[in-house]
Amino acid sequence: MPSVVDYSKGLKNVVHAEASLFACSTDTAKEISNTIRKKGLNRVVVAACTPRTHEPLFRDTLREGGINQYFYDMANIREHCSWVHSKEKDSATLKAKDLVRMSVARSSQLEPLKEFDLPVDKRAVVVGGGLAGMTSALGLARQGFEVSLLEKKPELGGMARRVRRTLEGMDIQAHLDEMIQKIYHHPLIHVFHDTTITEVSGYVGNFVTRLMSEGRHFELHHGAVILATGADEYKPTEYLYGRDERVVTQLELEDFLDKEDKRVMDSQSLVMIQCVGSRQEGRNYCSRVCCGQAVKNALRLKELKPEMEIYILYRDMRTYGFREDFYREAASKDVKFIRWEPEHGPQVESVEEDGRGLLRIRVPDQVLGKELEIDADTLVLSAAVVPSASSKEMAKLFKVSLNPDGFLQEAHVKLRPVDFSAEGVFLCGINHYPKHVTETISQALGAAGRAASLLSHDTITASGSVCEVDEDECISCGACISACTYGAIEFYDTAKGKKAKVNPVLCKGDGLCNAKCPTSAISLKHYTDDEVFYQIDSALEASMDEPALGEVNR
Amino acid sequence: MASGHDFDPKILGFLCNWCCYAGADLAGVSRYQYAPNIRIIRLMCSGRVDPAFVIRAFFNGHDGVFIGGCWLGECHYVTEGNYDAMSMMHLTKKLLKYIGVNPNRLRLEWVSASEGIRFAEVMNSFTDELKSMGHIGESEGQDQHMLKIKLEAAGKMIPYLKLVEREKLRVRFKTEEEYDEYFNSEDVNHVFHELIADKLVMSEILLLMARGALSNGEISEALALSPSDVSKHMGNCLSEGLVRYDPAKKNYVLA
Repeated sequence: MPSVVDYSKGLKNVVHAEASLFACSTDTAKEISNTIRKKGLNRVVVAACTPRTHEPLFRDTLREGGINQYFYDMANIREHCSWVHSKEKDSATLKAKDLVRMSVARSSQLEPLKEFDLPVDKRAVVVGGGLAGMTSALGLARQGFEVSLLEKKPELGGMARRVRRTLEGMDIQAHLDEMIQKIYHHPLIHVFHDTTITEVSGYVGNFVTRLMSEGRHFELHHGAVILATGADEYKPTEYLYGRDERVVTQLELEDFLDKEDKRVMDSQSLVMIQCVGSRQEGRNYCSRVCCGQAVKNALRLKELKPEMEIYILYRDMRTYGFREDFYREAASKDVKFIRWEPEHGPQVESVEEDGRGLLRIRVPDQVLGKELEIDADTLVLSAAVVPSASSKEMAKLFKVSLNPDGFLQEAHVKLRPVDFSAEGVFLCGINHYPKHVTETISQALGAAGRAASLLSHDTITASGSVCEVDEDECISCGACISACTYGAIEFYDTAKGKKAKVNPVLCKGDGLCNAKCPTSAISLKHYTDDEVFYQIDSALEASMDEPALGEVNR
Repeated sequence: MASGHDFDPKILGFLCNWCCYAGADLAGVSRYQYAPNIRIIRLMCSGRVDPAFVIRAFFNGHDGVFIGGCWLGECHYVTEGNYDAMSMMHLTKKLLKYIGVNPNRLRLEWVSASEGIRFAEVMNSFTDELKSMGHIGESEGQDQHMLKIKLEAAGKMIPYLKLVEREKLRVRFKTEEEYDEYFNSEDVNHVFHELIADKLVMSEILLLMARGALSNGEISEALALSPSDVSKHMGNCLSEGLVRYDPAKKNYVLA
């Protein structure tokens, strides 16, 4: 370390270098800000750990020292050097010197940037009037925020309308009814039925959503939005579904059970097939809720008609958490569980025997090593949970990402689980991935909390590291506009003709446009071409004094 | 110039902040040891990597350039710049190939924030590959002076390359294989050759002439071009008013 400090002192533009054992401690931060004032420093480089964790802290230190916080750079000589080359001390020391030199060179090019404050409209929009949407709408309204709840159907309830009870016994319909009452009676909640969103513009704190509801146009101004667009049940094409009315899905069975419909209740034998449409090519995920749902419906059937033969053909039983107890209970009540492999899945055919129409299911039993033949009166398919078309539509309108399976993608699984990387937009419910009712409720409350923490501010601060256009260089080719899916860049008319212009509020600072621009007219502040070129040119000590390519070019 | 066992390649890395840079951080936290050859520049997105950064790094004498981004579908941004990084990587490799630099000196990899071990492995494998190639220009059999001229000429092509990308080659596929196939297809090779190759050679000739007047034969020798190709290019240069022909000395000078 002493040699790196000495080396740094000799670098161009460096007037002060010192070693510090705990650079991020409050005392050292104070010392750094004192040194900035005393020596009149206008750039600071800290060679320590990763900027991903510590940059914000040292930026504060610069502010305390009285200079712009963007005059800061960090040389990552710990994670990227000393910790990964601990056995090659000489090479590591050389590398540390290089990294410091690169940071110093870059920092000489840094520009002071201004962050700006945006006002926050304290109203929220919740898209989707199902369990998730209603829960978060109520959550927000209870904290005093005005909420518009948008539902595409004529009534509230969503997918939860089709589920009677949870496996643990919670009465979902009663819960929904109570909730709908509260929603309609709450003075801060406005419900829109039969809604289609036609246009979304604006950004965090200041969205404008245009919609059609029951034949009328509305324009809503809001600061945050929660997407609770739900999901659909997969419509199977396999196992005679749709061609034989004795083949139903779990949700349909649930409805029959509720009505104690004869079609199901008269069955002597009933077979369920799990993972229909899930965990296969093109839909490579587990739908999570179907194992619990199958066990729940099987137990209910046993309760209503104990003598009914029930078989569950599964690939892997996953009754999440303590729901495992119900799986054991089902097994103890003589529900038969038979495992199958995707290579040798069940085969279903419709047969007639002794004048009685039957569904014959063949499946190889791994325990017996033989093929089983089961005759059933009813076949129930545990159909996959699939992303709804409206989720895709909303992802486009609100500029948020979908994962490869078509579900909405949160900003970070652990650190920002209900946020999108697009600010001011939050998510909850099964548009995210298949979830149990209890999980949906918790997540909906979480999303309401995150939205409330945004809405409770009067203003929010936007980053200074955004793109900017030099109009004199812009040749109006539109390479940047087509690259920016945030819609942050638009042409506008100037005295010199049509030129690109960045709306800094919509710009997220990824800099793709910068790399696409043939004339370097658009540049990402804090990562400008020059700032990067200085880093590149200083990476090799020898190349520093030679005329660099860029200078030859210009 | 060192080679073989003693040779320590110089690598410059451009890592996106959200995935690959975080993966490199995790390699550090986990103390996974890897070859100390890379110097890392942090960018917000792999889509920010300008072809000019890559060419400049090679011009400065780096033996390899590494670009690290998020796995496809996992970009932090709605712009999904990692797909564009892939297009850019393919086009830059083509450019490198045209100027006689081994395109494998440029490597693009996806490393997620949780793949510290993968980052270390990729670093070791890239370092080993570059060790076997030797110093830039060496395995390509290129003279360092000419190599610099060619890289400079390639650098001059970049604004043009970006326009061609915008007009002709802006594509969005789902998989890496589709990008490989597209950018190595006859059609793309044709477009690239028609629109870039001649301009690149002209640029090389002009840079070469910046150091003094040259005859047809001298140009042909320096750039390993057939005399008829040289005549064609010089014809273009003359008609665009870039050079003058001196009949007395039978050579060309910059206009």
